[in-house]
Amino acid sequence: MSGQAHPTPKLYAIILTCLVIGTVLTYRAAFWEMGIFNPVVALAIACTKATLVILFFMHVRYSSKLTKLTISAGFFWLLIMITMSLSDYLTRTYLPR
Amino acid sequence: MSTSQTTTTEHHPALSHQFDSMEQQQDASTFGMWVFLLTELMMFGGLFTAYLIYRLKYYAAFVAGSTSISVGWGFTNTLVLIGSSFTMAMAVWSAQKGMRKAQIWFLIGTMILGSAFLGIKAKEYYDKWDECHIPGHIIGKGFNAWGGCSASNPSLGNIAQEIVERGEKSHTEIPLGAARQTAQQTEIFFSFYFLMTGLHAFHMIIGLGLLTWLLLRAKRGNFGPQYYTPMELGGLYWHFVDIVWIYLFPLLYLISRTRT
Repeated sequence: MSGQAHPTPKLYAIILTCLVIGTVLTYRAAFWEMGIFNPVVALAIACTKATLVILFFMHVRYSSKLTKLTISAGFFWLLIMITMSLSDYLTRTYLPR
Repeated sequence: MSTSQTTTTEHHPALSHQFDSMEQQQDASTFGMWVFLLTELMMFGGLFTAYLIYRLKYYAAFVAGSTSISVGWGFTNTLVLIGSSFTMAMAVWSAQKGMRKAQIWFLIGTMILGSAFLGIKAKEYYDKWDECHIPGHIIGKGFNAWGGCSASNPSLGNIAQEIVERGEKSHTEIPLGAARQTAQQTEIFFSFYFLMTGLHAFHMIIGLGLLTWLLLRAKRGNFGPQYYTPMELGGLYWHFVDIVWIYLFPLLYLISRTRT
């Protein structure tokens, strides 16, 4: 807000196209043998798609600094939860019994 | 403030008295909505974290469970939901422009796509019911030792059999006992599948309720360039539910599809 212009239908159509391409790409990539990189590629595409939705469909690119900071903080906490939980569970077997 | 209260008697009917301007009011509402959505993010995030831990612990069972659900329907549903996010964004845009008819049509389009998503989801759930892949023994036909309905129809949904056959294709012999153990562990995968997609579908149903309410207000011509906050916040909610699905699709449907 704050008097800034909102996206136009043309931009929304471009974002829609990118999201559809991303979805087709995830689907196709799932059948390519990439070993350990299969889930990495799938999640990278998912993160790109989510970012596009958040920035444009949810107008975060055009919103106040307070909103942007709040959202970043929220996602940062989510990352803390995931990385700390996984770093615990994944390293338990490394300890001497 | 005390002087402006007496001088500015004319203002937009939707402006609450505690706000200075419509802009400030919308900023506050958007902020509040985001705080709510972040609590939702932490709820789904907890499930995603638990899912990741169990996926790493029982990877073979998660592969077997994941390959038994229809990737085609999951893919279709992703496209349907992305399309509905687009129509929702367009509905918010038409509200900003004060285009009453366009708002109504884009909202109806969003509701149709949202319902299509739930319809496809119901079909997928029915297939799982049919294959006896409902975890636990309270509802459904029960999850048996083969991970399928082997008593009545030995080929239907028999995960242990599928594991052995997949092993043969890649020239590795998997003993039936090991395959059956993995098949039983897929119950964990299906618990996550039903809990996460179920919670997501529940949010979609709430979203359809919100869209109905927005549709009625849009019909009355409540929204225009000055005031479209409910539309904006409804849009935020709908897009958030879309984002959850964007992660659910690759995590639940696309585990190691190369092995099939």
